[in-house]
Order: sequence, then C-alpha cells, then structure tokens
Amino acid sequence: MIDFDPILVSLKLAAITTLLLLIIAIPIAFYLSQTKSKLKPIWETLVSMPLVLPPTVIGFYLLVAFSPNNAFGTFLKDTFDMQLVFSFEGLVIASIIYSLPFMVHPIQSGFQHVPKSLVEMSYVLGKSKFKTLQKVLLPNIKPSLLTGIVLTFAHTIGEFGVVLMIGGNIPGSTRVASIAIYDEVESLNYDVANSYSLILFGITFAILLLVFLVNGRTYKNRIV
Amino acid sequence: MIHLNFDITLNGNSEEFKLEMHTSIKKGSFTTIFGPSGSGKTTLLRCIAGLQTPQNGIITVNGIPWFEASKSNFTPQKRGVGYVFQDYALFPNMTIQENLEFALKPQQNPEIIHELIAIMELTSLTNSKPVSLSGGQKQRVALARALVQKPKILLLDEPLAALDSGIKSKLQDYILKLHQKYELTTLLVTHDIAEILRMSDHIIELKHGKILQEGAPKEVFGHTEINSNFQFTGTVLEISSEDFIHFITVKIGQNNVKVVADKDEISQLSPGDTVLLSSKAFNPIIQKIS
Repeated sequence: MIDFDPILVSLKLAAITTLLLLIIAIPIAFYLSQTKSKLKPIWETLVSMPLVLPPTVIGFYLLVAFSPNNAFGTFLKDTFDMQLVFSFEGLVIASIIYSLPFMVHPIQSGFQHVPKSLVEMSYVLGKSKFKTLQKVLLPNIKPSLLTGIVLTFAHTIGEFGVVLMIGGNIPGSTRVASIAIYDEVESLNYDVANSYSLILFGITFAILLLVFLVNGRTYKNRIV
Repeated sequence: MIHLNFDITLNGNSEEFKLEMHTSIKKGSFTTIFGPSGSGKTTLLRCIAGLQTPQNGIITVNGIPWFEASKSNFTPQKRGVGYVFQDYALFPNMTIQENLEFALKPQQNPEIIHELIAIMELTSLTNSKPVSLSGGQKQRVALARALVQKPKILLLDEPLAALDSGIKSKLQDYILKLHQKYELTTLLVTHDIAEILRMSDHIIELKHGKILQEGAPKEVFGHTEINSNFQFTGTVLEISSEDFIHFITVKIGQNNVKVVADKDEISQLSPGDTVLLSSKAFNPIIQKIS
C-alpha cells in the first residue's frame, strides 16, 4: 500500500500556490499591461527569470535568504516566529516565485488583447481603475485566467529542484510527490515510484484536458 | 460654452503631428468636425474627453478649466462627457441592459434606462449580448449608453460611418431628437457632407491639425463653391462616341453624370476607373486618379 501523503502535500501546495499567485499576479499583470514606464522591461525580465533560471539557483538563494543564520531569516524568526526553511510555508513562497511567470504571462497577454477602447469607455463612464479591472477586464479574459490557473497548478505539481532545496524531504509536511518518486527510485522501490508517477500523470492529464475542452468551447463562442 | 485653446503634439507612426485648436463651441450647438483622415478630428474629441492630454493651453467648459497646462487636468471620470466611439466599445461580457446599467452613476435613478430603451427602441434587445447585434443596433445601444449619465456634452466619433444609408438616416433622426430632448452640446466627427448639412449648425473643418475654416454650413460650403473649383469623385460607367464627340458617363454618389470628353481623355479611361471630375470656368476637366 502506498502512502498518499506526498500526493496530498503536492495537491495542497499547488492549490495554495495557485490561489495566492492569482491574487498577486492580477495587479502585476495589470500594471505591466498598462504601464508606459521605461522600467517595464526590467520588471518583465524579473517576472520571467524563473522560466530560464535553474530551479536549484532559485532554491539555493531562497535557502540562503530564509536561513536563520542570515538577517532576513532572523528577522522572520524574531518578528513573526516563522521559519521558512524546511517548512510548508517556505515551500509555498518558493513555489509562488518559481511559478510567477506561468500566472503573470497569460493574464498580462489577456489584458493586452482586450480592446483599449473598452477600458477608455469605462473611464469615460466615470468608473475607477479598480472597477474597470473588476467589471470590464477580468470578465473578458476568462480563458487567460483559466490558462494561468492551470499552468501554475500543473507546474507546481511538477516542481522538483526548488522544493528539494528549500523544503527538504519531511514526510507529511514538505515531502511532495515528485520528491517521493525520486526517493522511491533511489531505494529501488520501482512499484511505488510507478504508482506515484501514474497518479501524477493522471492528474495532470485530466487538468490539461479540462482546459482544452473548456477553452475550446469559450473560443467558439468568443465575443469581441 | 466650450473654449478650446490648446495644442498637442503626437509622435505617432514615424511622423510628428501637431493639433492646434483655438475656437469656442456654443452651448446647445450641434458642431460637426470634418476633414481628411489624419487631420486630428479624433484627437480633438479625445482631448475634450480627457483621454489625451495636450502639452499647452487650456480647455474650459462653462467657465471651469477642465485642462490647464501644468495646473489642472480633470480625469475622464470627472469630466463626465457622453462619448460614442467609432467601434462602439460595448462591453461584450454584459447584456444590453447591463451595458446601460454599468453606465449609471452611484445612486442615480435607474428610470433613465427605461426611458432610453424606449426612445431608442431597444426593448426587444435588452437581454442580448452585443455580439448578436447588427451595426445599427450596436450604434443605438452605444448612443443610449452615452446618455445614461445625462451628460451636457455628447461626442460622436464617426458613429454612422459603417452603416448603410437607410439605417443612417434613421439614426441621424435619433441623434437629432436626443440632441434636442436632452439639450446637449454635440460634437460629431464625420466625412459625410450630406450628414453635415442635415445635422449641424456649426462646422469646423480641420486639415493637418489646423482649423481651415469654421462657421455655419452654408457659409463654409458656399464660400468654397465660389472660390474654388467644384470637384467630385466618381466611377466611370460608360464611354461612348457619337460622330466626333465623345461622352463619359460617371456615377457620382446616386447620380449619373454625362460629360463631354476629348479623344485623349477617353483613350486613358475605361469603365470602372475612379475619376476626379472638376469644373473650372465652365470647362469640365476630367482626370484619372486611380
């Protein structure tokens, strides 16, 4: 009988990361889609860095930053009594950084494809930026939101390097499915590794299939 | 009364463009702005609505400075003009009813929506989404939505350009009716001379960002007729010859005009060509333009 804890930890981590990232990414994507600032390329580069940087690099620097031996780690420990290294909270923060481009890019691209005249019309009708975002922009980019949510969720489930560096391998807390597979293979438990792998394959296949089905339908009835 | 006294430089596509406006628009007037593409008509409306900011000058409306260089600049939200864009900009995620409700000010009585739906004959469309509407219907919704907040100023950016002539004249009636009923000061951008003559009591002609002439339609157009050639563009329908005289039949708007031409002229032309027909000192000159 296999231990389902790693699968549950993976799903929990992906769900929390996706939810928090959605809240964080919408204002970032909105800013990037609207700004004419000269610093825009810098911000865009920073957001995109996790796409190209080896996960171990991100993991390593987060490990150093969160370490109780460093100023930031000490500050967290003293002020909030938080220890981010080898903890689930630390994993969530690392995952948010690691998956940032997967959420920001689709949403930003969605915002950019909404005709500018809709936003201007909303302003002319006296609506604030926030109200325009809430009532005009977000409802018109549902396929982009769905893409961002799914990519982030799937990407977080598939995380390995960052999680290993920052989370360690604590059963029930930071031991996610991808690490459990690696562990089982190292211990030559190919059957268990295979079970985990099949479950992950099934979950990710189902999620992506859902997106293509839903987005396919949305595009068919697409307005604008 | 709207006082416009500003200039704005746009660094669009490769070429620098400067719009200079020095004029006043009377309260309650129906002003048409016309001129060739790229003469700054839309930019003028956008500056009044607050969607674009001039570099210098002042825009006052009924004595209040909406824009004064480096002093005040009201946001579009604060100016509260009614605006119909060329593409209508109906919110695709909302039904027609919701589009109109979205335009309500906080705490505004929603009664105005029923009134506008009735005037614009939109009753049967209230639950439809914009995607299922025809061009003329979208235009009516956009017009109704622009009036929900009971603005004092209505800006119309070529709202009828994409419609066929039957629907056009009906919508022109709607616009005139609303202009009078709500005592609006209306600014209409158009290319259509017939529309100008039918609707407006004041014309501003723009060219390359400058006012070429302005005044009542009769003054403006009368003036041009006397001082320069009259010119029409049309399509060659038929070229015929009787003895040594040659005739060209040209379709100009709804009319067919038959003009005399010489041998050299007809040798360059064939039916379907677009031509510029002009007259100077009663000698028609016909030249091929495409």
